[in-house]
Amino acid sequence: MKDTTLVVAGMATLAAGTYAFRLSGQLLRARISFPPRAEKLLEGAAVVLLAALVATTALTQGHGFAGLARPAGVLVGGVLAWRKAPFLVVVIAAAATTAVLRLLGVH
Amino acid sequence: MRDIALTCLAVLFIGLSYGAIAVASGFPLWVPAAQSVLVLAGASEFLFIGIVAAAGNPIAAALAGLLVNARHLPYGLALPDVTGRGWRRLLGTHVMNDESVVFALAQDELPRKRAAYWACGLGVLICWPGGAVLGALIGSAVHDTSAFGLDAMFPAVILALIMPSLRDRLTLRAALAGAAIALIATPFLPAGLPVLLALVAVLLLVREQPAATPEQPSQPEQAAR
Repeated sequence: MKDTTLVVAGMATLAAGTYAFRLSGQLLRARISFPPRAEKLLEGAAVVLLAALVATTALTQGHGFAGLARPAGVLVGGVLAWRKAPFLVVVIAAAATTAVLRLLGVH
Repeated sequence: MRDIALTCLAVLFIGLSYGAIAVASGFPLWVPAAQSVLVLAGASEFLFIGIVAAAGNPIAAALAGLLVNARHLPYGLALPDVTGRGWRRLLGTHVMNDESVVFALAQDELPRKRAAYWACGLGVLICWPGGAVLGALIGSAVHDTSAFGLDAMFPAVILALIMPSLRDRLTLRAALAGAAIALIATPFLPAGLPVLLALVAVLLLVREQPAATPEQPSQPEQAAR
C-alpha cells in the first residue's frame, strides 16, 4: 500500500458518505418521493461499475493483458454463477481452475 | 429466521473472500477490518480495494464506492420506521443494507418488519467483519497467492454478486458495454479511471428506460451488499 494517509482519507470518505446516504433516506421519507426510475438507474450504475471492475481485474494487469489462466478461472466461476451454483462453489472453482492451469504451465 | 441465518452465513463466506483478497492485494489487515465495520457495504468495499490495488487514487475509489452505495438513500425512503429513536436510530441506520432491507420489506406488520430488520442487520454486522478478519488472517498465511488462483477469486466473487442483476437484459447490455469501455481504456488511462469511465454505459439505461415496465416494483439489489 503506497500512501497510508490517502488510503485512510478514502476509507473515511466512503464510510461517512455511506452513512449519510443511509440516514438521509429516512430523514427525507416524509418529504419527498424518489422516482422508481431514478432508483433503477442507481442500481444500473452500480452494476455497470462492478461489471467493469470484473472485466478489468479478470483480463488486465497494469496496462496489459493478464494472461489466460486468470480469465479462464473467472469464466468458469461466471458460468457456475449463471447456473445458480452456490457462492462457495463459484469462488473455489474459479480459484482452482486458475491454480490448476498455472500448475500445468499456462499463464 | 432460518433464511436470515443462512443469509448471514453467506455474508460470512463473502467476508472471508473479501479479507483474503484484500490482503493478497497488498493491504494490511486493518484495512479490510476497519472497512468492514465502518462502511459495512460489501460491493463498495470490493470496488474500493480493487481500484486502490490497481494503483488508482483512493479518493476516486471512495467516490466510485459511494456511487455504488447511493442505493441506500432510496432504501431509507422505502422502509417504514424500523430503526426507532436516539441511539437505536444511530445504530439502526448503520445496519441498513441490501439484506436487512429485503427481509424487512418482506414482512407484513411493523413489529415483524422491525424484528427482521434488526436480526438481519445485526447478523450482518457480526458476520461481515468477522469473515473479513478471518479471511485476512488466512490470506496473510498464504505467501504465493497467485499459485492458488486467489487473483481469479476477486472478479469471480463480484461476478457472482451481480449475477442476479445481470439477468435483466437491459442491465446486462449496459454492463457488457461498460466492461468493454473499461477494457479498451485500460492501456491508455491511469489506473482506476477505466472503471469510472464505464459509467458512460449507463446512458444505455437512460435512453431505453421510459418504455420500460413500470408495473414491476424495483427490488432492492440483493446482489451488491
